[in-house]
Amino acid sequence: MLDLVRRRYLWFAISILTIIPGLISMLVFGLNLGVDFSGGARWEIHIPSISETRDGLENDVNAVFAESGIEGARTQLSQGTTNNQQFVIAFVRSKSVQSDSAERKAVETGLTSKFGADTRIETVQTVGETVRGRSIRNAIVAVFIASLAIMGYLWAAFRGTPNPIRYGVCAIIAMLHDVLVVIGMASILGWLIGLEVDALFMTAVLTVISFSVHDTIVVFDRVRENVRRSSDDYERVVNRSIVQTLTRSINTQFTSFFTLTALLLFGGESIRSFVLILLLGLISGTYSSIFNAAQLLVVWENREWRNWFGRGKDKVKPATAA
Amino acid sequence: MRKQVISALVVTIVAVALATWIVFFPKSFQSLTGRDVSTHLGLDLQGGSQIFLRPADPNEADLAAKLENAAGVIERRVNGLGVSESVVQVVNSDSIVVELPGVKDPAAASEALKGAGNLEFIDPQGQYLPDGTEVCTTATPRYPITVQLPSSVTGTTGVTTTDSLSNTNPLSSTNNLTTTTPTTTTERPCESPYTTIARGSDLDTSQVALTTDQAGRPAVFFRFQTNSDSATQIASFTSQNIGRPMSIVVDNRVISSPQINGSLPGEGIITMGSTGTTVAEQNSQAQALQNQLKYGALPVTLIEDSNRSISATLGNDSIDASKIAGAIGLIAVMLFMLMYYRLPGLLADIALIVYTILSFAIYNLVPVTLTLPGIAGFILSIGLAVDANVLIFARIKEELHRGRSLERAVEDGFNHAWPSIRDSNASTLITSFILYVLGNGLGVSIIQGFALTLALGIIVSLFTAITVSRMLLRLTIDLGVSNPRWFGVNPEEDAAEVAALSSEQA
Repeated sequence: MLDLVRRRYLWFAISILTIIPGLISMLVFGLNLGVDFSGGARWEIHIPSISETRDGLENDVNAVFAESGIEGARTQLSQGTTNNQQFVIAFVRSKSVQSDSAERKAVETGLTSKFGADTRIETVQTVGETVRGRSIRNAIVAVFIASLAIMGYLWAAFRGTPNPIRYGVCAIIAMLHDVLVVIGMASILGWLIGLEVDALFMTAVLTVISFSVHDTIVVFDRVRENVRRSSDDYERVVNRSIVQTLTRSINTQFTSFFTLTALLLFGGESIRSFVLILLLGLISGTYSSIFNAAQLLVVWENREWRNWFGRGKDKVKPATAA
Repeated sequence: MRKQVISALVVTIVAVALATWIVFFPKSFQSLTGRDVSTHLGLDLQGGSQIFLRPADPNEADLAAKLENAAGVIERRVNGLGVSESVVQVVNSDSIVVELPGVKDPAAASEALKGAGNLEFIDPQGQYLPDGTEVCTTATPRYPITVQLPSSVTGTTGVTTTDSLSNTNPLSSTNNLTTTTPTTTTERPCESPYTTIARGSDLDTSQVALTTDQAGRPAVFFRFQTNSDSATQIASFTSQNIGRPMSIVVDNRVISSPQINGSLPGEGIITMGSTGTTVAEQNSQAQALQNQLKYGALPVTLIEDSNRSISATLGNDSIDASKIAGAIGLIAVMLFMLMYYRLPGLLADIALIVYTILSFAIYNLVPVTLTLPGIAGFILSIGLAVDANVLIFARIKEELHRGRSLERAVEDGFNHAWPSIRDSNASTLITSFILYVLGNGLGVSIIQGFALTLALGIIVSLFTAITVSRMLLRLTIDLGVSNPRWFGVNPEEDAAEVAALSSEQA
């Protein structure tokens, strides 16, 4: 049978090597915060003619902003009439812009060349973070309490097996691994491709958290069942459980992978970063349920940390894995 | 055919029929049951109203902090159910912009939003004050602020613009919205205020709920916090004044003046008596009052500055693209299930279609406001629904490999897969429950919406996996399908594997 447990320190090393660059990027660059969190500017632009379709007009306005160096602008339209003349007001949310900056001038010229000389910027206002963005910070508290509750539930659900508390703790560690992977990746992608962390990002992280725990529990359930049935060595029981659930883990990952890849390739521009984060998070979640969570049970069972320092038997430093 | 199979079949058919009715014929469902089950789309998908609110008194002390608080209260009022997608934002630290998806009556919406929601019970000195009477009280010694809005101009496609843009004078480029809107504010001195008995600030907000009175009219239930000043004062006032009236006042306007029939133990209901003419109006008034009482009073009086309709935050192209992507993803999943699991895969695909239609019906029934991330989340939740089936089929295959009969393998497969399905889904349900409850307490409405969709997804997927898939599997066996090949298992080839497995198990 495939022996996945024997190489556990290799799997931990892969996890750590994935997390460390993201953490460094977090420390150096932080996250690229979107308008939801950081606030920004709110533009009101008067456009005289409405010959174009709505989508076309919105895309054109966004394009003018992008060409002027303001990425990620979001446009909404409203129609009105003065003196029997129709006009459109475009509301644009973007990052903060100084009133005499080059970007603002570029937007002004870009707009007039595209929509005619009567186009003018009515106002540029400063907006605070949206209430949504502000209150989402509180979600971290909610996630923390949810983690405690899950630990408690797993403790109760595994009470028939020896050391039930370990299952809850290891599931939460695997979950933290996925959160770190996702946030680190978001930071790297922030300066690499301009990925923004907005309210949607938080939703994606919450999804990753639920899926990660879900995946881990399926593996743990097999461990529980096999521990009851066999008197084998714990390490072998865990390995057998992982191998037995491997098909299911991969198949479930496949189905999510299909839908997410379809969304990534064919879905709208606006949810692309949301989908990308989800995809990374789910891959990480599947990895951690197979290669981290159950393997940590073995490390705990053998109390292997006594060999980590001093004897130098294992070369890999399992700093965060424990 | 077994009894359980028949009852599960009946339940499934009824559920699917109901769901089909709701999803495809919402109009006929509404006319029969009176419940609006049309799909609710978020601001990102369908556009809506944009309402600018500004403080009545721009020189108020600590304005910036009060506006921040007010924005929080408004956000909670907007998302009474915690499932809609709106934007509430403080602009230039002196006004608030609110964007609401698909609001048909922006004027009424803005009325509900800017109402301070300041509830009082007053001693009307034995008079039955008519509904709508403006009063000043000892707790809020002023009359309601009357505001004259600029005349409204109707735009093209039925769009109402009541903002400064309809003025003919040219606009300067700085912050004209607050300066060019002509509004007049009238203030009357408060000479002989009514005595306030109880105040809304003492309400137990978790208890405020919609209800109906004995006559079936819409009403709002309230309860004061035990031992609060309001609770003791209202109890002693009502016990001393039986047979006399008491007036209920919101924002210095009388809502109703009921007769006291007995001592109030600190709770009761406010009936939307004659203030609305139709039931629908009374209903929406009760809803607005409930929102205002539940989510607290605004720390600052707001007036409407402008109100107009705006387009969706996302273009139509991205909506269409996501629909296509969703369909492609769904088809890919179904093909994969079919090829890997054969006959059970086909049954799981049927269960998946049942899952999709049931979910959409429930979204419309609750209602859950669908946004693009919501739809993406739904497509993803298909993964959850498939997962339970994958777990079960993997077990069935295992049992077949061990040489069990098909019937035995199906039952054992379900039984063995159940603990893992139970525990993994229970933990996700716990997560969503905590996110929902804390989301409510912390005012994180987007988290609540997510938690609600997730929990609904799990419950429906458990139903489809446990009830529907199992019923379909038993049904096919009862109908005489018995060759394990249909389940992707080849008995001869597997002989060796079986031997290996059993030696391992020993």
